[in-house]
This record gives sequence, structure tokens and C-alpha cells, in this order.
Amino acid sequence: MVPVLEAAIKQYFKNIYHSLYSITEGMAVTMSYMFRRPATIQYPNKLEKPLENQLSDRFRGILQVDINYCIGCRICENTCPIDCIAITIEKNKETKERFLTRFDIDISKCMYCGLCSENCSTSAIYHTKVFNGINRDIENLIIRFVDKPTALYKLPKGSDPMETPKDHYGAILVRKMKG
Amino acid sequence: MKDYADILFEYLFKTSIESSPFSLAWYILFIFLVAGVLLFFAANFAGITSFIERRIAARIQSRVGPNVVGPQGVLQWVADGIKLLLKEDLIPGRADRFLFRAAPYFVFSGLFAAFVALPFGYGIVAADLNIGIYYIFAITSLVVVGIIMGGWSSNSKWAMFGAFRSAAQIISYEIPTALSLIPVIMLTGSLSTQDIIIAQGGMPWDWYIFHSPFTLACFIIFFISALAEGNRIPFDLPEAESELVSGYNTEYSGFRFLVFPMAEWANLWVISAMVTLTYLGGWQIPFVSLETISGSPFLILISVGIFFVKTSIVVFIVIQLRWTLPRVRVDQMTLLCWTYLVPISLVAIVGTMVWMLVFPWDGTPGLLIRLLMSGIGAAACLFYIKRIRFNYLNDKLLFERLKGKPSWYPFWRLP
Repeated sequence: MVPVLEAAIKQYFKNIYHSLYSITEGMAVTMSYMFRRPATIQYPNKLEKPLENQLSDRFRGILQVDINYCIGCRICENTCPIDCIAITIEKNKETKERFLTRFDIDISKCMYCGLCSENCSTSAIYHTKVFNGINRDIENLIIRFVDKPTALYKLPKGSDPMETPKDHYGAILVRKMKG
Repeated sequence: MKDYADILFEYLFKTSIESSPFSLAWYILFIFLVAGVLLFFAANFAGITSFIERRIAARIQSRVGPNVVGPQGVLQWVADGIKLLLKEDLIPGRADRFLFRAAPYFVFSGLFAAFVALPFGYGIVAADLNIGIYYIFAITSLVVVGIIMGGWSSNSKWAMFGAFRSAAQIISYEIPTALSLIPVIMLTGSLSTQDIIIAQGGMPWDWYIFHSPFTLACFIIFFISALAEGNRIPFDLPEAESELVSGYNTEYSGFRFLVFPMAEWANLWVISAMVTLTYLGGWQIPFVSLETISGSPFLILISVGIFFVKTSIVVFIVIQLRWTLPRVRVDQMTLLCWTYLVPISLVAIVGTMVWMLVFPWDGTPGLLIRLLMSGIGAAACLFYIKRIRFNYLNDKLLFERLKGKPSWYPFWRLP
């Protein structure tokens, strides 16, 4: 037989064998995926554990202020690069006592840089793990932490300011957030 | 179906149908009833398969798939259908309005008419035509007319290209499809779908696929060319999403568009049922003779179940092939048809003729060869399962080290 023809015939049957074998192999690969765990995380319907437990402690979510610990130093307001924090402090003329009357944070402007919470000497302002701020109205994202004038906090002598309890689940924040 | 009509008439009205003056009216009513049942089955099968295909595709791609509408998303296909029904029915400005409107009817009737000759169980077939296979080939050719009409009348280059490709593909693949069924017809001596199944048996060595190496080759050829006729991947050139926007149905919207994918998924049943009934033994129950089946309604139901299970397995393989293989090029498509499928099926026809003379079906050598062939088939299945296990175990350790979770999550465990 002519060698060229023989080679062509060999190639013909080789092609059939290769195509059948490779299709079987490919189907074995796809079939093996039917027995593997899907990579999808079904947020928010089916989570293996609550999302707050999956996030790390250093997660920078929406800011929360515990006004009971605020000393009114205004460092957070001054250090904020985009001025999303607004603080008003009023003074009682007779008793010389200072009151916190306004502590608003515009969450829609906040860029989560963390400068305010780093500089807060009593850890009154800090990031929570809450990140879901879906709202119908952008005005609702201005969170007003002061309901009634509150006296400023005075740090007890000898105590460590870093020991202020932090609530990373944002109970105050969730209560204040409308909608 | 006429027997069933007679039995039902006698059961309902307690008189013999021959003596009744309403026999003609009853038969016409029964025809409409059967047509309605077939249409109901085909439409629901198309819808449910579209959902199941999406779930299978998702698991193959390590996703979850549609799981929002209804429990586990089982009503997704209803939602899709209602959405398409509510959409605006657009006809492009410079389209040929009459042909554009007529095309879905051709696609629809071409596919659903094929259900008439498809069997579902022992004696359960809308019309046991003595030219059943031929009828199915002839009537499904109407689909390509509809596709070309739709593509040409849309006045869009994408639809036009899709229609041209469809014409080239379906017309050239009709030839291997028909040729690869000739061994079956020769072995049976009949074109009727029921006769073909009756000539086979319940066990794998009684199926035509394992009759000889030639019928095995013909089975593979028939499977490939049926895929190509049904516009399934790897032969979905007429509606290649990444090349032509959506192929011949680019300009369609609303319910007119819905007809095309519905016909495509109904065609999935036609393909799989054809493969099952010609090569995989149809509804034959192992170890049960035909006389026993005909006497008992329970066994007839079992035969329906067996046919459904076999067809579903073929449907699954077709779906899995879709998510395994890439699309072939146009030149590869025609090359495959004319240099591999047609010559091999011609050789296989001659080979089967010789085989039938040398090793008769009932003789001892014939039986031994059939047993050997089914052994080869079982070995191929075992090899396939072994490769699945190998591929799974290959990635198992890595996955478990990475995620800290067991990797075993079989498809029957719904996420």
C-alpha cells in the first residue's frame, strides 16, 4: 500500500479514537462536579453561620457612637476627611456643665477610612460589623445618635480608656437607623 | 389507541361502541383528547427540562442554579413562561410580516407532530404507524422550514446567518441520521416504532446497540447526528450565542420567541425517545414476555416507567454533553458529517447485512457475540465511573484543605 494512504487511514482511525476517548474523559470531569460541593454562598438566605460571625473583628462597617462615653473632644469631627460627622456641644450657663446636643453621622458620605475611631481616646466611636444600609431615602442614612442632651463623659481616674466596651453587632445603630 | 377508545367508551356508557350511533363523534373526541394529552406532556416536559437543565448546568459549573421561585426554584419555568407571555410582541419594521408570523407555527407543528408516532409504553402510542420512523424524519424536517422562514423574514443579518447555518446543518445531518437507522430497520423488518421495540428484549444483550460492532457504531452516529438535528451543543451553530446574537430567533420576542426554545426542549424528548426505542430496547421489561405485559395494566405502567427512565438517562447525557463540549466550527461540522458519519454508517449497513447472514439473531454464535458486546459496553461504563472517581478524588484533598469542609455533596442533596 502507498505509505501516504496508509498514514492517512491510520490518522482517520486515530481521530475517531481520540475524539471518543476525550469526550468520555471530559464527561467524567463534568460528572465529577455533580458530586462536589458548590462554591456558591447563598447570601442572605442560607448561611452556615450568621454573617456577623464570619466577618473579622477588624471589619470596618457602619460607624456607631456610644454617646455615654463621648468626652466631646471633637477630634473625630476634625479628623474626618469628608466632614460627615457633625457635633454640637452646648454649655449650661449656670452649672458650667457641657452637654452633647447633636452627634450626626452621614453614612452615605462616610468612606470607612477609620481615622475617627483610631483617634477616639475613649473608643466611643467605632466601626461595627453592620454594613447593610439599604434605604428608600438617602436622608435616612444621616444617623442622629443624640435624642436628648447628654452630659459629657468624664474618664474616671486610673482607668484605661481602651477598656470601653465595644458592641460590634451595632445594637444602637440598628435602633437608630430608619427604614 | 383505538382499543383504548373502545374500552373507555364501554366503561363510561355501558354500551358496545359498534352498536352506538355516536361512535364517530366519540372517536373524533378521543383524537382531540389524545392530542391534548400529548401537547400537555410535550409542553410540560419542555418547561420542566429547561429548569432541570439549568440546575444541572449550575452543578457542573459549581453553582447552585435557580432556586428562588417556589421550593428549590421548581416554578422557575412557569415564571419564565409568564414573563415571556407578558412581553410586547414586536415585529421588526422591514420584516416580511406574514412569514415572520408563520415561522413559529412551522417549528411548533413540525416538532409536536413527531410525538404522534413516539411510543410511551406497551400499546401506548397515539398512532402506531407502519411507517413510524419515516414519518418522524419527514415531519421533523418541517422545523428547518420554519427556521429558514424565521431567519429570512426577520430582516437581520444574525437571523439570516443562523438560518443559513441551520439549513446547511440540518439538511446534511438528515443523511447520517437516516442511514444509521437502516440497520435497525433491517433487523426488525418494519418501520413501526412498536414493532422495533417488540423485536428487541429486556436485557442489554437483547438490545440492538449490542447486536454487533456495526450497530454500536451506528448508535453513536445516530446519537451525534440527532444532536445536530436538534440544534444542541456541540452543534448549536444556528443559534451560537457568542457569534450570532441568538441566531434565527434574534428578532423574535414574547410568545413567538417562546415557541422556539420550547420546541427545542421538546425536541430533546424526541431525540432521546428515538435513541431509546431504536437502540436501547424501548419499554421492554426484563424477564417478562410480551403476552404477560399485554394482560396486566400494572405491567403496562411499569413499561411506561422503564421507557421514561431510559429516556431520562439519555436526556441527562445530552444535557451533560451540552455543558462539557465546546461548539464545533462550521467546517468541522460538515467535515464530521461527510468524512466520518456518512462513510462509517454506509460501511455499517453493509456490515450488518453480512453479520445478519453469518450470525443469525437466535443462533448460539449470535447470542455469544451479543453477550460479548454487552460486556464491552459494561466495561466502558465501568471505565467511565472509574474516571469520574479519579477526577473527584484528584481535587478532594485540595478542596478540603482549602475550605475545611467535606467535598462530598452529591447532586441529589439539594443545596
